[in-house]
Amino acid sequence: MSGVQQRESAVQRKRHIGDVLLAAENIGLRFGGVQALAGVSFDIREGEIRAIIGPNGAGKSSMLNVINGFYQPQEGHIVWRGQRMRRMRPHFAARNGIARTFQNIALFKGMTTLDNIMTGRMLKMRATMLEQAVFWGRARREELEHRAFVERIIDFLEIPHIRNVPVGKLPYGLQKRVELARALAMEPTLLLLDEPMAGMNLEEKEDMCRYILDVNEEFGTTVALIEHDMGVVMDISDRVVVLDYGRLLADGPPEEVRRDPEVIKAYLGVSQD
Amino acid sequence: METLSAVLVEPFVAIAEAPMFFFEVLIGGLLSGVMYALVALGFVLIFKASGVFNFAQGAMVLFAALFFVGFIDLGWPIWLSLVVTVGVMVLLALVIERAVLRPLVNQDPIILFMATIGITFFLDGFGQTLWGSDVRRLDIGIPDDPLIVAGLYVNQFDIYAAVICGLLVLGLALFFQFTPTGRALRAVADDHQAAMSVGVPLNVIWAIVWTVAGIVGLVAGIMWGAKLGVQFNLALIALKALPVLILGGFTSVPGAIVGGLIIGAGEKVAEVFWGEVLGGAIEDWFAYMLAMVFLLFRPQGLFGEKIIERV
Amino acid sequence: MIYRETGQFKTSYAADQAIFPIAQDRLGMLVILAVAFVAVPLMASDYWLTTILLPFVIYGLAALGLNILTGYAGQLSLGTGGFMACGAFAAYKLATAFPELHVLVVFALSGLITAAVGMLFGLPSLRIKGFYLAVATLAAQFFLLWLFNKVPWFTNYSSSGVISAPPLAIWGETYVTGFEATPRAKYLFALTVVTLLALAAKNMTRLKIGRAWMAIRDMDIAAEIIGIRPLATKLSAFAVSSFYCGVAGALWAFAYTGAVEALAFDINVSFRILFMIIIGGLGSILGSFLGAGFIVLLPIFLNNALLAMGMAEAVALASHLEFMIMGALIILFLIVEPHGLARLWQILKEKLRKWPFPY
Ligand SMILES: Nc1ncnc2c1ncn2[C@@H]1O[C@H](COP(=O)(O)OP(=O)(O)OP(=O)(O)O)[C@@H](O)[C@H]1O
Ligand SMILES: [Mg+2]
Repeated sequence: MSGVQQRESAVQRKRHIGDVLLAAENIGLRFGGVQALAGVSFDIREGEIRAIIGPNGAGKSSMLNVINGFYQPQEGHIVWRGQRMRRMRPHFAARNGIARTFQNIALFKGMTTLDNIMTGRMLKMRATMLEQAVFWGRARREELEHRAFVERIIDFLEIPHIRNVPVGKLPYGLQKRVELARALAMEPTLLLLDEPMAGMNLEEKEDMCRYILDVNEEFGTTVALIEHDMGVVMDISDRVVVLDYGRLLADGPPEEVRRDPEVIKAYLGVSQD
Repeated sequence: METLSAVLVEPFVAIAEAPMFFFEVLIGGLLSGVMYALVALGFVLIFKASGVFNFAQGAMVLFAALFFVGFIDLGWPIWLSLVVTVGVMVLLALVIERAVLRPLVNQDPIILFMATIGITFFLDGFGQTLWGSDVRRLDIGIPDDPLIVAGLYVNQFDIYAAVICGLLVLGLALFFQFTPTGRALRAVADDHQAAMSVGVPLNVIWAIVWTVAGIVGLVAGIMWGAKLGVQFNLALIALKALPVLILGGFTSVPGAIVGGLIIGAGEKVAEVFWGEVLGGAIEDWFAYMLAMVFLLFRPQGLFGEKIIERV
Repeated sequence: MIYRETGQFKTSYAADQAIFPIAQDRLGMLVILAVAFVAVPLMASDYWLTTILLPFVIYGLAALGLNILTGYAGQLSLGTGGFMACGAFAAYKLATAFPELHVLVVFALSGLITAAVGMLFGLPSLRIKGFYLAVATLAAQFFLLWLFNKVPWFTNYSSSGVISAPPLAIWGETYVTGFEATPRAKYLFALTVVTLLALAAKNMTRLKIGRAWMAIRDMDIAAEIIGIRPLATKLSAFAVSSFYCGVAGALWAFAYTGAVEALAFDINVSFRILFMIIIGGLGSILGSFLGAGFIVLLPIFLNNALLAMGMAEAVALASHLEFMIMGALIILFLIVEPHGLARLWQILKEKLRKWPFPY
């Protein structure tokens, strides 16, 4: 990760970090007999890169699903910008700029790269169905405006050559990138990334790290990411949450978490590549 | 106001005035529901083992019945016709597995569903090209006259049908419980990965389930054909197994049976007591509307489990 | 060298986002429209217009309607016939109750009424996926047909259950529906309606609403998390689709047959239209029409083939063979080319584009 280390170090970036953007309060989530999360509390501050780590099945993905309202926890709350949500809802989350990518790619596989990314602009479009049917006035204006925005993302992520390819036909690494592009098209305030680098080779990982850091630095986007690659986590994150069997094991800056004896114990036998 | 009372009050009055008649209708409905259950059972078997929503189950009922009655009309003895028809259904299962399921493995469920609609049309067309489209009488020697049980008129044929259906379900249960093939089938239904590791090739399993579903279809076809004559309409009647599945849940054998009984009884009672005020022939849609209302409130069916999707 | 994209630089997104971005496609479209609107009415006989071309354009519209729901939004429907009947009977009631209404108003309103009915039967789509929905749409099919068949109000108490389309004029004395209208006038009227609706569909499917439909079809969970409302999106697909099917049904009764009973829209019509979109191409506007043409021509072709083989009496055989062939073709297309004839056409175009230099 040398390319990454030449950039601003995490410590230097601390000065961009602001108030608490989102907090999870005492989250408990069960599926039948499985306790996926139990009494988990932590917060995410504006402008930071927050990592969530933990062994397989620890409840990391479930935590992201609770944050954007896809799962409803049986206990606890999400607090969004100081406002305690009775129930978080996916639609509310999307409207408020929470975007995400998925562990198992969830692209619209019958659509082209361009159309996939354009779906990220959906909430910002106002034209009625009738206006769209005649492609006139607002419908046309909006379409062109958003197309221009999406083209900038396409350039930023260096994927112009696959603009018109149906995403189902793309290799895995590029699909992950298109998924990031779709999330970025939402101009998110909070970007949730579920294992964005899983299954990538070193070069692809470096690219992905660079994109995440650029997004964070240039647009001030807050990022919460799940990642198994400890090297990446140590390099790019400001603070780390560790989950194990649905419980919060540790929470703090990467160096501190790395030295935590509890964490080391939980990770024994788990590969740390 | 008048229509309102005709719909909301008078039928109940009629029921209260002639409870015996109501029970006869109810029992008649339950017994004809057994037939729906039989078709639905074929659906459930295939859905559980291969995740395929087999729209062609109704066509398989007609197809099997056409061959059976065709052989009998050729002057063959019943047992020979039966054996050869079972052979035909085995062959059919093998061909479907090879020509349709295998090339479409891992496709979207909706694509597979549409493919089974293709199978439906092919079977309907093929069966009738071979055997013609006249209504054929099928007489397998079950008496069709009413019987008086505890003061109620009950159709004897329907009782036979219910008993045969019960035996079939029992036979299937034993098959699933006590034969190695049956156990492998159950394993597949629970978990495809696990089944692979048991060492049974998936396509063999599929061929077996489709065969079993074909034989269940044959039984349904014979019973129905003996009652109504073997004709194209059977395929349409068999469509009513779809609402049965919605009620019972797509993966539950008891669900198929209970759902069949509810639909059978419900539509008979509705037709007899409400049909007239509503203009008649409400049997055409009653089952579907019931299923649709059901979908709004309990989409997983009576016996299905609610699942939370993962991402 | 006939079909080239090279050299046409897309100077702006505006050009790229035009309805037909490639010049040859624009030209092709113009040629097709010129043939359909000018050459065909000049040359085709009345027989051709009434027995082949009218059903073709009307089926094409219905197929397009179903394709919006099934091909684009991923919600399988077996109720197309019921929705067509709804459009036909709504148009009949409107035209007879308010004779002063203009024909276009009658058609638009009957489309809207069908859209509302379609949304009603689309409600369960909130709770269930793709093919389970088939059962709800079967409810629409059987219930609507029963309704129009059994409730005499819908047929204005006609004893036969048949409705006959009143004559309606597009302007002056130019009748486009009913027995007074010439086949040519009916054809041109139907063609105009269908063309306008097809263009509107083309626009919708490539813009926001179309993307929302496809997103729901491809991965409903991800769509929801992007902020697409699943129910509203599915219902909008039901509404638009039913609108198209309703107008197609109204055209069927008013411009094609002139007199129709509810049973003309039975479940076989629904299957026939489903087959059109599978063979023509799921999620393709062009495919809807290719499939419609194919399925309209298939029985005619079969009958003639059997006649040529000297089997003049084989009407039943022809229909059984038609069933078999359709069934087999469905399976074949699903296996080999799920995007149907439309995709084959696209491949051909690509070949032409590269010709004579394949690389
Ligand atoms: N929708 C669901 N239904 C049932 N159980 C679920 C569901 N989602 C998650 N679980 C269970 O909750 C637990 C936590 O799962 P989760 O996916 O959150 O783990 P994870 O930390 O993301 O693991 P991994 O590193 O493998 O992605 C697991 O036991 C899982 O089986
Ligand atoms: Mg996970």
